[in-house]
Amino acid sequence: MNNLIDLWGYLRETPLFWLTLTLLTYQASAWVIKRLPDWPVLNPFLATTMILVAVLLITDTPYETYIAQAGMLQFLLGPATVALAIPMYRNVTKLKQMLVPLLVCLPIGSLIAISSVYALGHLTKLSQAMQLSLLPKSVTTPIAMGIAEQINGLPALAAVFVLLTGMVGTLIAAPLLDFFRVHDLRVRGFAVGLSLHGIGTARMLQISQEAGAFSGLAMALNGSLSAVLIPLIVYFLG
Amino acid sequence: MIGALTLIFCFQLLGETISHLFGLPIPGPVIGMLLLFAWLSLRGQLSEGLERASSGLLDNLTLLFVPAGVGLILYIDQLREHWLGIAIVLILSTAITIVGTALTLQFLQRLPVLLSHKRREEAHE
Repeated sequence: MNNLIDLWGYLRETPLFWLTLTLLTYQASAWVIKRLPDWPVLNPFLATTMILVAVLLITDTPYETYIAQAGMLQFLLGPATVALAIPMYRNVTKLKQMLVPLLVCLPIGSLIAISSVYALGHLTKLSQAMQLSLLPKSVTTPIAMGIAEQINGLPALAAVFVLLTGMVGTLIAAPLLDFFRVHDLRVRGFAVGLSLHGIGTARMLQISQEAGAFSGLAMALNGSLSAVLIPLIVYFLG
Repeated sequence: MIGALTLIFCFQLLGETISHLFGLPIPGPVIGMLLLFAWLSLRGQLSEGLERASSGLLDNLTLLFVPAGVGLILYIDQLREHWLGIAIVLILSTAITIVGTALTLQFLQRLPVLLSHKRREEAHE
């Protein structure tokens, strides 16, 4: 028994353990979900995150230990974001065909994202800090944290809201878009990328390269525009 | 493949440099992505290595978000305390944004067709 505890103590401190567990959980969730009846709600990202949160809580492992090891995966997000240029380039003709509608839709979508949080935040009487940290929730994490800092929200909490938005969004996007009869993959991709940043884009890439390209573009454009829009709106509306 | 990865990292580094140099709120990787897109458009072709490197990075992109996602564990108490308000704002505004953006874009996309129909009808009258 003592040996087992020693082994656990050793394993959870080696750089390999949590990284491998993350990969294994992801593979296993993907394998299980593939074999379930078609249910668009479940995805490996959501399942893996929830399982790992549960494992950390049960084993009483601090997040610092986990991220020190699994952080290697997070580092790859940078180059992966750069690599989004490739599906975008491959679909450049389709993007060009729709350039005018896309550029008109962008500020409208950004404003919908911001004003809906603003209105609902007031209605639910959340604290000022909560409301401000929720504002950039459709923006990719690094931009969102910068915005939160600028408007006196809490950057770390903003990052959590960005993630939760991605999780909730990947749950509801497909059924919602089906319900409103939006079937064009380009439109679906753009709407998901604008609303659900990188997590939505990652999900779209699993469905089609074309949807992923439109999603990646929407993420980049909405992130850049929101970095200007949100501080301005907060400044004028107080 | 290594050449392609080097190229991708170079563009990220370039993006980070520009972001810091000019104090931009846009993160380096996003600038790197836009620059790489511009560079590919200018060059007009895609190498096989770049195709492979990008699909290697992007095919399981959601996996890379898991470590950050697990970070919500740090805020479980705050989230629990205000869960109802947060849930209402998050779910409703996310739904409104997805549907609102999609319907707007769909409408804009069909606008030229709708307008030309209308013009044709007017011409008939």
